[in-house]
Amino acid sequence: MKREIPILLVGITGFAMLIQYFIPTGWSEFIFTYSQDWVIVIGILAMPLGIWSLVKANVSKLKVPGERFYSAVLLAGFLIMVLTCLKRENLEMGSLHMDMFTYVLVPIQATIFSLLAFFIASAAYRAFRARSVLATILLLTAFIVMLRFLPLGPISTLNLKAVSWILSVPNMAVNRAIMMGIGLGATATAIKIILGIERTYMGHD
Amino acid sequence: MTTYELIGNGIAAFLTLCIFSFLYKDNPFYKFAERLVAGVATGYFTMLLFWTNFQDKVWQPIFLNGEYHYIIPAILGIIMWTRFSKKYSWISRYSIAFYIGIGSGVSITVYLYTYLFKQLQATIATPLTFDVAGLNIFLVVIAVVSALVYFFFSMPHKGLFGAVSRFGIYIIMIGFGAGFGLTVMGRIALLVNRIIFLKGWLLELFGG
Amino acid sequence: MTFLEKLMQIDRRWIYLAIGLAVIIPTIWPFDVPVTVSPEVRKIYDFVDEMEAGEYLFVCIDYDPSSMAELNPMAIAIINQAFQKDLKLLFVTLSQFGPGLVEQITSGLAEDHNKVRGEDYIFLGYRPYPAIVIMAMGVDFRVPFPVDYYGTPLDEQPIMDGIKNFDDVKGVIEITSGSTADFWLIYGNGRYGFPLAIGITGVMSANFYQYLSSGQLFGIIPGVKGAAEYEKLVGYPGEGMAQMAYQVIAHTVIILFIIMSNVAYFATRKKRQQMGGGT
Repeated sequence: MKREIPILLVGITGFAMLIQYFIPTGWSEFIFTYSQDWVIVIGILAMPLGIWSLVKANVSKLKVPGERFYSAVLLAGFLIMVLTCLKRENLEMGSLHMDMFTYVLVPIQATIFSLLAFFIASAAYRAFRARSVLATILLLTAFIVMLRFLPLGPISTLNLKAVSWILSVPNMAVNRAIMMGIGLGATATAIKIILGIERTYMGHD
Repeated sequence: MTTYELIGNGIAAFLTLCIFSFLYKDNPFYKFAERLVAGVATGYFTMLLFWTNFQDKVWQPIFLNGEYHYIIPAILGIIMWTRFSKKYSWISRYSIAFYIGIGSGVSITVYLYTYLFKQLQATIATPLTFDVAGLNIFLVVIAVVSALVYFFFSMPHKGLFGAVSRFGIYIIMIGFGAGFGLTVMGRIALLVNRIIFLKGWLLELFGG
Repeated sequence: MTFLEKLMQIDRRWIYLAIGLAVIIPTIWPFDVPVTVSPEVRKIYDFVDEMEAGEYLFVCIDYDPSSMAELNPMAIAIINQAFQKDLKLLFVTLSQFGPGLVEQITSGLAEDHNKVRGEDYIFLGYRPYPAIVIMAMGVDFRVPFPVDYYGTPLDEQPIMDGIKNFDDVKGVIEITSGSTADFWLIYGNGRYGFPLAIGITGVMSANFYQYLSSGQLFGIIPGVKGAAEYEKLVGYPGEGMAQMAYQVIAHTVIILFIIMSNVAYFATRKKRQQMGGGT
C-alpha cells in the first residue's frame, strides 16, 4: 500500500491530464484549473522543507569549532531578514528588508557569478587549443563569434554576416536536433512515470 | 546619492571586494560573504513565501474567504513534511504522486508539440528555392539529419552511417563553438557590471 | 623550460590580473562603440512599437541578481519603450529573487513616466512551479494570483478590467537567465499559442534560434549586446551600451590569450612529441 497507491494515483492523475487536453468541455477545464491551483498550494507548503533543512544544518554546525562563526553569520543574516519583514509592506522598496536585499544580497550574488569571467578567460587560455580537427572547428567558430565585438571596419561587416549565418544555420540545426531528442526523451519518461515503470521519484523504503 | 545610499553602497562595495578576494585564494572574507548571502537569501525567500504565497493562496482563501476546498491541497502540502521522519516518510509519496502525475500528464502533449512537431515542421515544411535562402534551408535539413544520426547510438557508426555521423559531429562542434563565443560575452558582462558599480560608488564617495 | 613552455603553464592568477586590468581600462578612458541592430532584436522592438496606447503587454522578469548585468538593461529598455507608448503592463516573476528586482525596476521607471500602479501597470508577484503557474495563468490570471504582490485583489484594480488570461494581452516578453524560457515555450506558447519573445543571457541564447526559425518565438534579445541594440532602438542609452567598450577590450584580451596559447602549443608540440609526451 505504501507504494502501490501512489503509483495508482500517478497513473490516474497523469492519464486524466493527458486526455483532458483533447476534451474541450466545461468539466474538463474545471479539472484542469483546480489541479493546477492545488499543485501551486502544495508547492507553497512544500517549499519551507529546504529552508528548514538549511537552518537545522547550520544550527547543528554551531557546535563545531571551525564552522561556528560562519554558521552564526548565516543564521544572523537569516534572522535579520525575518525580523525586518514582520509586515507585508516591508517587501516594498524603502524598507530595511529591501535595503538588505539591495546592498547585501544583490552585490554578493552578482559578484559570485562575475568570477566566471576570470575563470572563462583562464579556461580559454589553458584548454582552448587546436589539438584535433574537432577542437579546431570549435575554436575557429568561437573566434568568429567573439570577433564581432572588435571594430575592424569592413572585416566587421563581413564578420557580422558570418556570425548571423552561424547562429541561424549550423547552430540552429544542432540545437533543433538536440531539442528533438530531448522532446522524445522527456515524453518517454513522462509515459513511463504514468505507467508506473519509472518510480525513482518515490525514493526508498 | 544620499548619505544612507552612500553607506549602503559602501557595504555593497566591501562585500563585492570580499568575493573578488577569492581570485587570489580562499580566505575568511570570502567565506563570510558567501555564508552571509546564503542566510540573507534564505531569509528573504522565507518572508516572500510567507507574505505573498502562504498568505494569499492558503491562509486567506481558507480562513478568511471560506474556500474550504483548499484544505485538501493544504493537507497534501503539509504531509510533505513527513519526509523528515524515517518511519512516516512514505506518507509524503501521496503528495508527490499527485503533482508528479499532473506534471507528467500535461507535459506529454506540449513537449511533443513544442520540441518535436513544430521543429519537424520547420525543418521539412519550408519550401526549397534556388537562392541563398534555399541553400540555407537545404543545409539546415542536412545538418539536422546528420546531428540526429550522430546521437543515434543503437547502430554502429560505420560505413555511410558513420560518415553522416562524422559530418554531424563537425556541425555540432560549430554549434558549440558559437555557444562558447556567446558565453564569453555573458561572463564578461557580469564582471563589467561590478566594475561599473564600483566606479560609480568611488566617484560618488570622492565627489567626482 | 623555455619561455614558450613557461607561457603554457602560467599561473592562472596572472590571467585573472590581465582580465581585471583589461576591464578597468574603459573606466579611465571611456569610448563609444558603434552598435548594429540584429533582425531578431528589431522584431521585438517593432512588435512593441506597433502596439497602440492602452493595449496590454505581459512582461515576465525571471532572473536573479546573478544575471541582472545582462538582463536588467534589456528589461529597462523594454519597459521604457512600453511606458513611452502608454501601454498597459502586466508583470510577473517565476524566479525566487525576481520580486525584489521587479520592485527595484518598476518603482523607479513608473515614477519617471508618471505611471500609476493598478491603473497603468500591475505586478502579480511570484509563485513556485513555473510550468504549473504558466498553465494556470492561461486559464485565468486570478487562479494563481487572486491578489497582486502588494495584497490588492486583482478585481479591485482598474487595469484588470476585462482582462482574464493571455487571450487579452497582445504578447508576452519573457526575460530570463535559464529554464523558464523553456517553460514559457512549452506550457505557454505550446499550449495557448500567444506571441512570445525572450530576452536571455548570452550563454543560453544560442539554444533558442530554432524557435525563431519555427515561429514559436517572434524575437530574441541575446545577452548584453542585444540589450545594447534594444537601447539604441528605444533611444534610452543605459548600461547595455555602456558595457560595449568593456566588451571590446575584454574580448581583445581573451582573443590574444587564445592566439598566444595556441602559438605556444604548436611551437612546443614537436619537442613534446620527441620526448614522448603526446600531442
